[in-house]
Amino acid sequence: MNVIANKWIGQRTIRPDGADKVTGRACYAADNTMPGMIWGKVLRSPHAHALIRSIDTSKAEKLPGVKAVVTAKDLVEFPVDKPVPLGIQDMRWMSRNIMAREKALFHGHPIAAVAAINEEVAAEACKLIEVDYEVLPHAIEIEDAIKPHAPILHDFVRFEGKPSNIAGTMVNKVGDVEAGFAEADIVIERTFTTRPVHQGYIEPQACTVSCTADGKVTIWSSSQGQFMVRAMTSFLTGITQSNIRAIPAEIGGGFGAKTIIYLEPLATVLAKKSGRPVKMVMTREEVMRATGPTSGSRSTVKIGAKKDGTLVAAQGTFYLQAGALPGSPLRGPVGCSFSPYYIPNILSTGYDVVSNRSKVAAYRAPGAPLGAFAAECVIDEICEKLGLDPLEFRLKNSSKEGQKAVYGATFGKITFEETVEAALKHPHYKAPLDKNPRPGVKRGRGVASGFWFNAGGESSAQVNITEDGNVAVTTGHPDVGGSRASIANVTAELLGIDHSRISVLIGDTASIGFSNLTGGSRVTFASAIVVTQSTEKVIGQLKERAARIWKIDPDAVTWENGEARPAGPNAGKFPPLSLEDLAAKANEMGGPIGAGTQLNTTGADPGFATHIVDVEVDVDLAIVRVLRYSAVQDVGRALHPSYVEGQIQGGVVQGIGWALSEEYLFDKQGKLENAGFLDYRMPVCSDVPMIEPVMLEIPNPKHPQGVRGVGEAPIVPVLAAITNAVHDALGKRFCDLPLSPPRVSAALDAAAE
Amino acid sequence: MAKVHVTTTINGEPEEFLCEPHQSMLDALRGPLGLTGSKEGCGTGDCGACSITLDGRLVCSCLMLAVEAEGKKIGTIEGLAQGDHLHPLQQKFLEWGALQCGICTPGVLVAAKALLEKNPDPTETEVRFWLAGNLCRCTGYDKIVRAVLETAADMRRAA
Ligand code: FES
Ligand code: FES
Repeated sequence: MNVIANKWIGQRTIRPDGADKVTGRACYAADNTMPGMIWGKVLRSPHAHALIRSIDTSKAEKLPGVKAVVTAKDLVEFPVDKPVPLGIQDMRWMSRNIMAREKALFHGHPIAAVAAINEEVAAEACKLIEVDYEVLPHAIEIEDAIKPHAPILHDFVRFEGKPSNIAGTMVNKVGDVEAGFAEADIVIERTFTTRPVHQGYIEPQACTVSCTADGKVTIWSSSQGQFMVRAMTSFLTGITQSNIRAIPAEIGGGFGAKTIIYLEPLATVLAKKSGRPVKMVMTREEVMRATGPTSGSRSTVKIGAKKDGTLVAAQGTFYLQAGALPGSPLRGPVGCSFSPYYIPNILSTGYDVVSNRSKVAAYRAPGAPLGAFAAECVIDEICEKLGLDPLEFRLKNSSKEGQKAVYGATFGKITFEETVEAALKHPHYKAPLDKNPRPGVKRGRGVASGFWFNAGGESSAQVNITEDGNVAVTTGHPDVGGSRASIANVTAELLGIDHSRISVLIGDTASIGFSNLTGGSRVTFASAIVVTQSTEKVIGQLKERAARIWKIDPDAVTWENGEARPAGPNAGKFPPLSLEDLAAKANEMGGPIGAGTQLNTTGADPGFATHIVDVEVDVDLAIVRVLRYSAVQDVGRALHPSYVEGQIQGGVVQGIGWALSEEYLFDKQGKLENAGFLDYRMPVCSDVPMIEPVMLEIPNPKHPQGVRGVGEAPIVPVLAAITNAVHDALGKRFCDLPLSPPRVSAALDAAAE
Repeated sequence: MAKVHVTTTINGEPEEFLCEPHQSMLDALRGPLGLTGSKEGCGTGDCGACSITLDGRLVCSCLMLAVEAEGKKIGTIEGLAQGDHLHPLQQKFLEWGALQCGICTPGVLVAAKALLEKNPDPTETEVRFWLAGNLCRCTGYDKIVRAVLETAADMRRAA
């Protein structure tokens, strides 16, 4: 596959949705209004853990301007003893997450919702709802939730036969770790912690829902999947899917968090009860208290190697916070942590721990970064003790094609080695680093690698030729960061026409076939497959039409540079027919031209990343700053390089926040203390340097355009790379994130004593 | 509560509107004025998605009362392009791919324009500190900073 020869694939074209977005015209969820629209608000629990004895909404209902009040009674009830799966979610938990039933399980848990003529009246009405709570003791952190006599969140959760907050386990295993460790010359075991971090999308959740007298529901909302919105709303409200149409608004960031919903079912029942369209928009405070984040974790990782650096055994035990209801991303650390390496003996175990904080949601490579943090820091220590270069060490131990991964798959053509080789050769790795540039300042360099599964799954596309010979492409995936631009490039390439002649739209649930979530690094991979197939079908139709006009065999027609040409014995006999010509004759020749594809896509082989970072530590202020960052990744083929680079750069900076500054702080009552952007400190522009993405384009042989998923792998190595760099600077190994000034200064003080 | 009548100038056009005395400028823009290009990411002055200019000065419209617009000149993202002619910053953001989801983009563009009016030749550090009030969770800021620096260079050459 020759990237250079492509006219459109690999070009930095202007995205189809670009002009709308730089002029403020793009319509995000909160930008929508409807005639007769009223506003919904949620009453939230003021307690971290409480029994709900009763809810009296009568005073709120009587307040002038209030049009509807709903509680859990207005939603479908799912008994706790029978799983109700939808994708990776369980509707038993989703229903209790969007509205508390028996108990309030975290501070901020929805208790009731009100719709009124404006936001002020709705908020006022919330205050009039009387809830009789019996406050219970709570547990926030993992240690508190798993210790003996911890407050139990759910009576139905049992672990080893006893009531427990451990709601699930996952074990991946190969070989025999005990035998493996017995062979090792060096064994290092450490325990690490990471804090829950929020996805931090700038657009709070929002929706508008209309429910008409004939029972038809229309939802405008921002999500990572309109089909998920439809299905979950259907489950939670009991309305059939055929009566719900979910229209995707532009999405202002999700990073996994918008793969589930909070507001849409509430707005739907409010709209149904009131007979008016209902709009709901979360405040930032509600976003922080009651959506996401990803799990905090406590991980113990033990790795054994031979003197020459050959890895022989690895054991990981990962406790993840699920939040108030079961379902933390155990697969991430359990399956990913050791997968870059060939290790004959692995035991990887995950525990899902519920506690009184908001239920976790997916966040970029769910769970993988916290596992890689533990594993890659231990590997760094092994390299240090054995006196080996950490990248050479990774090269020596890398996983290879044909080997079986701990999570069960057999690797196809994987490219971890290539990322390490590229990092070794990169000027950054060879650049001298002055470790003591000024008094009070220390510098260090660190490396780490990361793995993500990637995903295929269901996608649909429709490619239609317009009457004037241009192209309209519709897919079923919300575009979180440039996927429409990539699709335009692919279609232009295949049809051989200028990319500006192609419009790319995202269909709603009634206008395009089922398409799974935008997540798992799957959208460009999967949609490029269905768009390629649809476009190829269209080209087949175009050739057939030309053949009919010329009265020759369709096989004797080629499609080149946007036109049908007679080929073989007929070459040159007829003047070529362009897309416009064929569109103009479409109806005489059988009707409109267009084709769709609906497919469960496969072939999404995993992604690997290897990162190099230089940090500077101000010893007096205990501030860690990132000076230089290089992120190597195999991207398969960059359909639109700017948005591939953007995924890598954005993922790295989210990782920097996770490593250095982001964390949730709770008070003694279990109330989140930093529910806003001022105190929940995400990286700002002046915190970070340029991030250099080093894209390796090794085409994925299982994809028609060579695509490999990109979005998630770049966050996986960051936590460890930075922590390893801080070790290089200070000579001290940190095991607890974030490396914020209080934590770094405590460590420096302890070392000084 | 009685509504207040406000006479102001928005993106160069005279404008009047009614607002509650406690209503924020952001809510007035997004509500009665129908200018939803300014976004609410936080409502507390911490994200910059609501950035506008007030008599040329960069402010968070979520922290400003709508009544304060009386007699002032307001500039919003909707006023950046002249008709269908994009501002050089808007054009450069498209060329660089300096946006992913785009929710921060209106605020970033309004802030960057205010910077270049004050300082046509900013260093990377100056750009980074000026834009430190505009959170972007998607891009890692790299392409945003490059697009601003390159626009500044283009505009200096054109001047
Ligand atoms: S909405 Fe005004 S600063 Fe965030
Ligand atoms: S582009 Fe999404 S927040 Fe900036």
